[in-house]
Amino acid sequence: MHVAHLSLADFRSYARVEVPLDPGVSAFVGPNGQGKTNLVEAIGYLATLGSHRVANDAPLVRAGAGSAIVRAAVEHGERRQTVELEINPGRANRARINRASPVRPRDVLGIVRTVLFAPEDLALVKGDPGERRRFLDELVTARSPRMAGVRQEYDRVLRQRNTLLKSAALARRHGARRTAAGAGAADDLSTLDVWDQHLARAGGELLAHRLDLVTSLEPLTGKAYDQLAPGGGGIGLRYRRGGGEESADALPRTREELYGVLLADLAGARRQEIERGVTLVGPHRDDLLLDLGDLPAKGYASHGESWSYALALRLASYELLRAEGAHGGGDPVLILDDVFAELDATRREKLAELVAPGEQVLVTAAVAEDVPPALAGARFSVSGGTVERR
Amino acid sequence: MYEGVVQDLIDELGRLPGVGPKSAQRIAFHILQADPADVRRLAHVLAEVKDKVRFCVTCGNVAQEEQCRVCQDPRRDLAVICVVEEPKDVVAVERTREFRGRYHVLGGAISPIEGVGPDDLRIRELLARLADGTVTELILATDPNLEGEATATYLARMVKPMGLKVTRLASGLPVGGDLEYADEVTLGRAFEGRRLLDV
Repeated sequence: MHVAHLSLADFRSYARVEVPLDPGVSAFVGPNGQGKTNLVEAIGYLATLGSHRVANDAPLVRAGAGSAIVRAAVEHGERRQTVELEINPGRANRARINRASPVRPRDVLGIVRTVLFAPEDLALVKGDPGERRRFLDELVTARSPRMAGVRQEYDRVLRQRNTLLKSAALARRHGARRTAAGAGAADDLSTLDVWDQHLARAGGELLAHRLDLVTSLEPLTGKAYDQLAPGGGGIGLRYRRGGGEESADALPRTREELYGVLLADLAGARRQEIERGVTLVGPHRDDLLLDLGDLPAKGYASHGESWSYALALRLASYELLRAEGAHGGGDPVLILDDVFAELDATRREKLAELVAPGEQVLVTAAVAEDVPPALAGARFSVSGGTVERR
Repeated sequence: MYEGVVQDLIDELGRLPGVGPKSAQRIAFHILQADPADVRRLAHVLAEVKDKVRFCVTCGNVAQEEQCRVCQDPRRDLAVICVVEEPKDVVAVERTREFRGRYHVLGGAISPIEGVGPDDLRIRELLARLADGTVTELILATDPNLEGEATATYLARMVKPMGLKVTRLASGLPVGGDLEYADEVTLGRAFEGRRLLDV
C-alpha cells in the first residue's frame, strides 16, 4: 500500500498543508525544526493511533487550536480509501473512512500500515523493558488486529486486580488496629481467583502471540544486522518472563497451555503479591533480551552498534509484515526519520540498498547529501511550515 | 450564572446522569414556563417514588410492596433464577417474554476500582435462595463486559458445590445485523460459541 496524499490541519507546526505523494522513495529535506518529522509522525499516527514521540496528544495540536486533523488518501493496488482522524486532546478522537459517518478510531487501524524508524528507537536497545514490550505489542497488533482488544482487556483486568491487591495490602497493614477493615479485605480477596482466571486468559493469548512473533523476528533481525554491519557478531532475541526466572524456551506455545502456566505462576506468587499489593506475574512484567555476540546489547553495545540493532529490529518488522502481507494490504509504508545522519557512508549505502525496493519509503534528513544517491525518487524541501516538491 | 433558586434547580438537574449543563438549563427553563399543575405533579411523583418504591425482599427488584410483581406471580417457574445486575435489566429480559422463571438483582458488578466487592452485592441473599433445593438452574445474565464476566465467574465458582445447572447468556452477533459490521471481539466470541446446525 502507499499514501497518495496527506493533508494536515492544525497538526504540530502546520496550520494547513497538502502533500501529494508517489509510490517509491520520497525524501523530506530541510533544516532542523522546520517540520519534517511532523509529516511522518502524522502518517504514523494514522497507523497506530499514537505518536512515536509523545505519550499524550496535546503536543500534536498546533498552539491555539482546539483539535488537529490528519487525513490521508491511501492506495491499496487499485483501491483508494480516505482515512481521517480528528485529534481532540482530553476528549475522544473522531475517525472517518471515505468521508462517511464517524466510526470508532480503532476501526481505522490496518488501513494505513507503517513501520517507522526514528532516533527515539535507540530506547529499544538502551531503554526500559516497557519500550521493548510496546515494540512487540504494536507488531503483534499489526499482524493480528484482534489483539488490540485483547491488550485492552488485559490492561483492564490488570487495573482491577492491582486495585484489589493494593486495598488488601493496605487493610493488612492496618488490620491489627482496625479489625473490621481486615475482615472486609479477607472477603475481598475471595474474588482474586476470578481475576486470576481473567488475567491468565487475556495474558495467555498475548503471550502466545508475543512468543510466536519473537520466533519469526529473530532470523530476520539477524539478517538485517548482518547486512548493515557485516561481521558484527550474531544477534539473539530471547523472551524473558518477569515472574519466573526460567527461559521462555521451555514454555508451551498455545494460548490454552500458556493460560495454565500463568494461572500456576499467579498461584505461586500470591503471597508475595498480597504483601506488595501489585501483580507480579504476567506479560506486563516481561522483557525481550537483545544479545549481540555473547553479551547483552544493553550496557555492552557501542552507540553505533545499538543504533544498528534498533534499525535491524525495525527492518525485520518491515520484512515480516511484507512477507506475511497481512490481510492482503500489501507492503507497509517504511518511514526512516533522521536515520542517515547517524550512519557512516558504507552503512548508508547498505541501508539504501535494503529499502529501495519497498513500495513506499519516506525519508527525512536535515542535509540533502545525507540521503544516499541510491534512494532516487521525489525530493521535498520543508521549511517554515511549507512543503514543496523539487 | 442565574440567581438563587433558578441556579439551584439547574445545579440539581445537572447532577442527574446523562444531563449536562446545557441540558440542565433547558429543562430548568422548560419547568419555569410549564403549567404549575404539571410541575406540581412532577414534584409529587419525585417525592412519592422515594417514599413508596422499595426493593423486593426476595430478588432485589424495584417493588411497590414487600415483594415485586414477578416474585408474587404464582405462574412463574420457581426452578429457574436469572441473575442480573440492575432492575433495568429485569425489564430488558421481561420484554423478550421468553423467560418464565424469577430474577435476582445483584445491584451491580464486582469492580475493585469502584470499590465494589462481593459483600456489596446481594450475593448472600442469592445463596440463601438456593439453599432449599427448589432452584435447579441459575442463568447468569450479567453484562458482557469485564466486570460482568468476572461477577459471573465468581458466582459460578460459589454455587458449583451446590450441584445446580449454571448457564451464561450467549455472546455473539446481533440479529438482523450484517456480519461485516461486527467488531473483532464480538465476532471472535461468536466463532467460539458457534453451534451445530441441525437439519
